[in-house]
Amino acid sequence: MEKSLIEIFNLLAIVAIASIPFLKTKGRGILVLCIITLQVIIASANAFSVFANGSVEYFYPGSFVTGAIPMRIDYLSAWFILVISFTFLTGGWYGVQYMKRYSSLTNNLALHAAAFILLYTALIDICVVQNSLVLLVVWEIMALSSFIVIIFEHDKIRTLQAGINFLIQSHVCILFLTIAFMWVKVKTGSYDLNAIGFFSASQNNLTSLALFLFFFAGFAIKSGFVPFHTWLPLAHPAAPAHISGIMSGVIIKIGIYGILRILMVIKTDMVTVGFFILFVSVITGLYGVMLAIVQHNLKKLLAYHSIENIGIIGIGIGLGCLGLGYNNQILIVAGFGGALLHVLNHSLFKSLLFFSAGNVYQFTHTMNIESFGGLIKKLPRSGYLFLIGSLAICGLPPFNGFISEFFLYSGLFNGLIFGNFKFILFVLFSILGLVIIGGLALICFTKAFGIVFLGTPREELHEEKNIEIPLRIWPMYLIVLMIMMIGLFPLIFNSYLLNIIGLYEPALNPQTKIIFSETLTRLSFVGWYSLGFIGLVLAVYYLKLLITRNRIVVPETTWGCAYTGPAKKMQYTASSFVRSYRKLAAPILSIKKEKREAAGLYPQHIMQKTHAHDKIEKWLIDKPLLMIRKLLSSFVFLQNGNIQAYILYGFIFVGLALLLPSVIEQIVVIFKFLNQL
Amino acid sequence: MVSLILILFVSLFFSGFIIRTKSILSGRKGPGIFQPMRDIFRLWKKGSVVSKTTSFIFQIAPSAYFASVLMAVLMIPHGKNPGFISFDGDFIMFAYLLAFGKFLMIVSALDTGSSFEGMGASREALFSMLVEPAFFILLGSFALFTGHTSFHQIFSTLHYGSQISYLLGGLASFVLVMIAMIENSRMPLDDPKTHLELTMIHEVMILDNSGFDLGTIMYTTNLKFAMYGAIISNFFIGVLPVEISIPMFFMIQIGFAMAVGIIESFMARFRMGHNPQFVFILTSVSLLIFFGVLLVLGKFV
Repeated sequence: MEKSLIEIFNLLAIVAIASIPFLKTKGRGILVLCIITLQVIIASANAFSVFANGSVEYFYPGSFVTGAIPMRIDYLSAWFILVISFTFLTGGWYGVQYMKRYSSLTNNLALHAAAFILLYTALIDICVVQNSLVLLVVWEIMALSSFIVIIFEHDKIRTLQAGINFLIQSHVCILFLTIAFMWVKVKTGSYDLNAIGFFSASQNNLTSLALFLFFFAGFAIKSGFVPFHTWLPLAHPAAPAHISGIMSGVIIKIGIYGILRILMVIKTDMVTVGFFILFVSVITGLYGVMLAIVQHNLKKLLAYHSIENIGIIGIGIGLGCLGLGYNNQILIVAGFGGALLHVLNHSLFKSLLFFSAGNVYQFTHTMNIESFGGLIKKLPRSGYLFLIGSLAICGLPPFNGFISEFFLYSGLFNGLIFGNFKFILFVLFSILGLVIIGGLALICFTKAFGIVFLGTPREELHEEKNIEIPLRIWPMYLIVLMIMMIGLFPLIFNSYLLNIIGLYEPALNPQTKIIFSETLTRLSFVGWYSLGFIGLVLAVYYLKLLITRNRIVVPETTWGCAYTGPAKKMQYTASSFVRSYRKLAAPILSIKKEKREAAGLYPQHIMQKTHAHDKIEKWLIDKPLLMIRKLLSSFVFLQNGNIQAYILYGFIFVGLALLLPSVIEQIVVIFKFLNQL
Repeated sequence: MVSLILILFVSLFFSGFIIRTKSILSGRKGPGIFQPMRDIFRLWKKGSVVSKTTSFIFQIAPSAYFASVLMAVLMIPHGKNPGFISFDGDFIMFAYLLAFGKFLMIVSALDTGSSFEGMGASREALFSMLVEPAFFILLGSFALFTGHTSFHQIFSTLHYGSQISYLLGGLASFVLVMIAMIENSRMPLDDPKTHLELTMIHEVMILDNSGFDLGTIMYTTNLKFAMYGAIISNFFIGVLPVEISIPMFFMIQIGFAMAVGIIESFMARFRMGHNPQFVFILTSVSLLIFFGVLLVLGKFV
């Protein structure tokens, strides 16, 4: 059944894309909705049936190039299929309403719609295909279609720049993956992903570690681990809101899927791998959130936060690997369980935040945090939804972020107890990292929510009408429902998580399985306390209402130390809110400040601007690029615009290509001759 | 159950004790120890003035803040008697609950659109972020020391073997007293009696709260003090029977209150710019505790 479902799934996409040119814009919107919804239903049915009946495996004969194409849907694939599908369901429904504002750009919309369907199909297929060559092709389709959906507003130069940056970095990612896959293929002669396992088992540790590093580098670019994160903060603000949500929610998670998949098959020293991932992840988390705080663009802030959350997921993966290496069941469950749950959690609250930010953008036509204020009165639903997203992303109870962070903390503290010295030091470092990440996230989201939605507007804002229509809001409510469900009843997901974690211990004996499930039950019990906490908050608030129901409440202006003419410009701004933090973190961040102070008898307009730059981007991308450009500019005389010259270059190239083998042959002959002397 | 009643009881006169200590040290007689609680009761009976700029968040934040602290109090054990709620890793939830309350208080300060309250909110967010690592490493050290990860199990299995472990207990109390001072915005960091908004932290955040809400916030501060006092007392009570532990609990709480009073009488508030360094000291002291524990356990290689 699974086989035919996947085939129908792909067929639907092809039919839909083929029929897009024949429809009008409105029809295209309806078509996308119908197809995405149908596809989501099919994919989810498939995933659930895998969870119910176990893994599915089947083969396509393939061609003589690819060899047999194994298709495997195991629990890990099914989990990611569910995560991706849910985000695409909400993102699709939200996106169609969002795109209505651009209904005059018919051609753009058609391309966008086709690429959107293609993107979803490619993402699901990546989870299923296990032939490395086909996987690379699908990966490429995914990269290209996400490029197209990102550059929807390609008339803006910034959008195009961000899109091309994304395209190049995606291909660097594919380059790494190609090297790794081809390495395995050349050595084993098989494109099957399982060949990685056979290959790495037959090699010594160092070789298999190197192979893992190639895979990790490739997938890390996609998922945005530091220092490969630089495309994220550019691409997210450029894309339309629903694409930002999907990109942050699931496209970067496909990198996580890759890492988890490789870890499942590769045979190498898990302790070293664990330490490596843990270290990279803590740095990623810290760096992401440290830069997020100082951003002035709301979507860029959220993008940096995705990097932070990738770090948190990575901490879980690292812990899980250490658990495998040291054979500690609690670490495996807490680590992998926390990571997998955080993948789902992050896809939920991040898409919720991006959708709310999208509403704000279409309402005000700006993303500059400094100009906002008081939007909760104009966009109440978006405001409260953003609040829920903020609380969840900070990992505060009773929301879902807390559950996954609780898993990770439990794993870390348990690791503290059993480990040796080196391990304890690493765990200490991770606990410190995770705590600081949590604290900084709190600063970041009190800033984002407080400045954007509370107080009064700091500048005159544009006010678009009819933003919060029900059709646009209900996908967001659906996300909140899921958030609360995970936050309060994480037990529901136990059996799923248990199945996936079981995949990492192939020789799973019943006893370990019992330990697994007991640990998981113990960890997810915390949901009930969260429920109790909600009850307590409501009870206290109700008590307050009950006591104060007959009291006099006088509305007044905000207290301004007896100054009764408060102006909106006197409010605390986002920059001033994070000023003390900025000063503290100044050595790590690079912040450019422009300032013009009042001077003279008749002071001019005063102003202060701060720009936060990414140091890693500067040293890793910008500087080398500049040097390459300098080097290449010495050859600029070759590009003389003369068609004859270009034809000459062509001939020279062809000649060289033809001559080179024979020249080499002659050289070899000479060498042989010399050797015989 | 025992600890809940004890903490609630102590919270009634904790700040009264601080004020009394301060008055005696400055040569005054001072008000009775229940005076602050009477003030709070008076506030609870009053109507309120609410800023027109505010939204629903301003209404619910004080209640949620109180509920978060109350929920955290439910987790504190008393010696061998577990708290209302006790599970593995409860101190993680403890810290995150407090953070939840803080989050809402910070955004409710921003809700007023005031030119001052954002300042307090910004400082509160930063300092509480800086103090978190100290708390987690402290509890991590004791988790390592005892091999357990819940408040109750840690405290009920805590026993002092060597001299180093006494030193650790002393250092831990110091760190916890300081954490309590920072979390409640007291002296070395913040002066609750200052009259200049620019130098306040917590007080400036709640400038616009009045009546019932202000009373709730003030009571929550007392409750928080009593809660930290209870944690400190747990370091010394151990598995002693209730007859001894309850008087000891009161003695430690009173000692704590007097220590706060003495600190506030003889110390000046730090310059705002120096506060982060001070908070970092706590993290390094708790790292010291951590390595001390490793030394005691012989895991230091």
